[in-house]
Order: sequence, then C-alpha cells, then structure tokens
Amino acid sequence: MQVTLRIKRFNPEKDKEPWWGEYKFAAEPTDRLLDALNYVKWYLDGSLTYRRSCAHGICGSDAMQINGSNRLACKVLLMNLGQKITIEPLRGYRVIKDLLVDMDAFLAKYRSVRPYLVTHTPDPEKERLQSPADREKFDDTTKCILCGACTSGCPSFWADGEYVGPAAIVNAHRFLFDSRDEGGEDRMQVLNTLDGVWRCRTIFNCVEACPREINVTRAIGEVKKALLYRKI
Amino acid sequence: MNGAGRPKPESGLELYAWIFMRISGIALLVLALGHLLIMHIVHNVDHIDFQFVAQRYATPFWRTYDLVLLWLAMIHGVNGVRTVLVDYVSPRGWRTASLASLYLLGFVLLALGSLAILTFQPPMAP
Repeated sequence: MQVTLRIKRFNPEKDKEPWWGEYKFAAEPTDRLLDALNYVKWYLDGSLTYRRSCAHGICGSDAMQINGSNRLACKVLLMNLGQKITIEPLRGYRVIKDLLVDMDAFLAKYRSVRPYLVTHTPDPEKERLQSPADREKFDDTTKCILCGACTSGCPSFWADGEYVGPAAIVNAHRFLFDSRDEGGEDRMQVLNTLDGVWRCRTIFNCVEACPREINVTRAIGEVKKALLYRKI
Repeated sequence: MNGAGRPKPESGLELYAWIFMRISGIALLVLALGHLLIMHIVHNVDHIDFQFVAQRYATPFWRTYDLVLLWLAMIHGVNGVRTVLVDYVSPRGWRTASLASLYLLGFVLLALGSLAILTFQPPMAP
C-alpha cells in the first residue's frame, strides 16, 4: 500500500516555526507505524528524530499523536490508520526536536509520589506476603509503562502544567492500594492539593489515550475516595 | 510546566469542595427539578403573582425549601465557576481579581436572596 506520512517537524536550531514534512512510499499494510518512521529515517530523511527502544509496546518510548490520538507508534498497524497519516509530538510537553519531547517535568512529578515500596516497620524474616485478593486491588495500575500518553492527553494538564497528572496518580495508586506499603500518608499529602488529584475533572481522555488500557480515571477516583475516607 | 515535585502544603479545601459538589448536586437534582415542576408545569408562569407567593410563604415549609435551594445552588454554581477560573486563568493578578469579583457577586446575590426569603411579610388573609 502507498502511504503518506505527514510529520510535524521542528528543529529549534534551524526552525522558527514547526513545519510539516510529507513522505510518500510503499509499505506493507501489516507494518507498524514505527516501521514506517524507521523507513523515513533510514531511507528518506536521516534527520527525523523520535524515541524508540523495545518496539514491542512495553518500554513506553514512542508515544506520539497519531491521527490526533495519543498512541504508541509500535502498537498500531498502517492498515488501521489509512493512507494519509498525521504524526505530531505529544501535546503539553516541550518539543526538543521533531517527535522528541522533554519528559523531565513529567518524571519529576512521577518521583514526587514516591513510586516505590515504602516501609517503616522492621523487615520480616522472609518475604512480605500478600493475598491474591489484596494483589488484585492494584493490578490495573501495575501495567503503566510511563509513556506519558495519558498526561499529554489531559485538558487539565494543558491548562495548568503544575498538575501532577494522571500518570503520577496511577503510580501512586499502585502503592497506595498495596497492602505491604506503609508510605501512604506521604503520597496522600502530595495528592490532596489543588495540583494533586483535585485538578482531575474526570474527562476520561487519559483512559482513551492509555496504550495499556488502564482505567486511569477509575484509579484517580479510587484515590479521591481514599482521601475522603481518610478524613471522615 | 516546571516546579514539579515541589512540596506543597496539603489543603483540605479541595477535598471538601469536591464532596460538597457531589452531595449538593444530588440534592439540587431533587430541589431544582421540583422547583421547575411547581413553577412551570403545575402552575403556569402567568398565574404566579404576589398572591401566589404570599400564600406559599405563609408557611415555613416553602421558605425553607427556597432558602436551601438558594444556598445550595449559589454555592454549587460559584464553586463550579471557581473551578473554571482556577483551571484557565493563570496570571496571578487576573486570577485574584476574577475570583474576588466572583465571591463578591455570589455573596451579594446570596445576601439579597436570603433577605427576601426571610423578611417577606405575607399580608393577613382577607
């Protein structure tokens, strides 16, 4: 099949404004969009810049706007995108070059919720046990790969970049609802602010954007409820 | 987009605003729809006059109904607009000014409405 990729290009060293690059070539319908981007980079224009690593939908490197939706380039096939495909960098982050965006602030917010097991009690002799039922409570939020698609799709985040964002809340949820974790109080303090969970207006864009099909808005709702039950 | 991870003091206000919006929302569903039903469907608007109001306000029930409706609707609405302003008005001065105007307007409307509901004297029935 013949495809035309329209890619939003921007090199801050050369360009004042972003511009659209158009690339026409033949590809297999079963090729992934990442294969098409690789084709452009390797055979048509070596200056095209984007992130990719595992190419199998698990490292979270190649999230971008594909035909207006946040998707992983390695997880969509050309046959599902049509012949004219529009590709833009993720919205809401500073563009470093072409499809490469600055994730530093995003990752700093992720770190602010302490996304790791926090314990105060002495370590047990063996492992910390957990029942399958307790494990189930946060199963959905363990799937996050930190691609940034959800936060980049969030209108609350576009309106105010100080918002901690859905991805950080998902990762806080992962440990808040873990029966082995004891760091809940610190995380709750970060999240119980205007720029914490209360900036969420349940718009559900994050749910639509998540390539891992995490029910992000539900997770945020569970954190809101946990904050409420902690106060009453 | 900067200042991420900066520790901020925990504030309970947003939590209470959030739960208030949910509870008042459910209450308003009943109160506001009831108000609409009575004032626009059961009674035609053309028939609502001083006499009609005087009759309703002779008993404390409708005064209480209207007072609760007024307070819940005003605070619910003002908080909704506050949310929009806080989301979209980022310059500090404009945000403070717009919020102050909103609170002032809300206070004046709430005070006037409450005054009318509480001090209205129905004339003695003839």
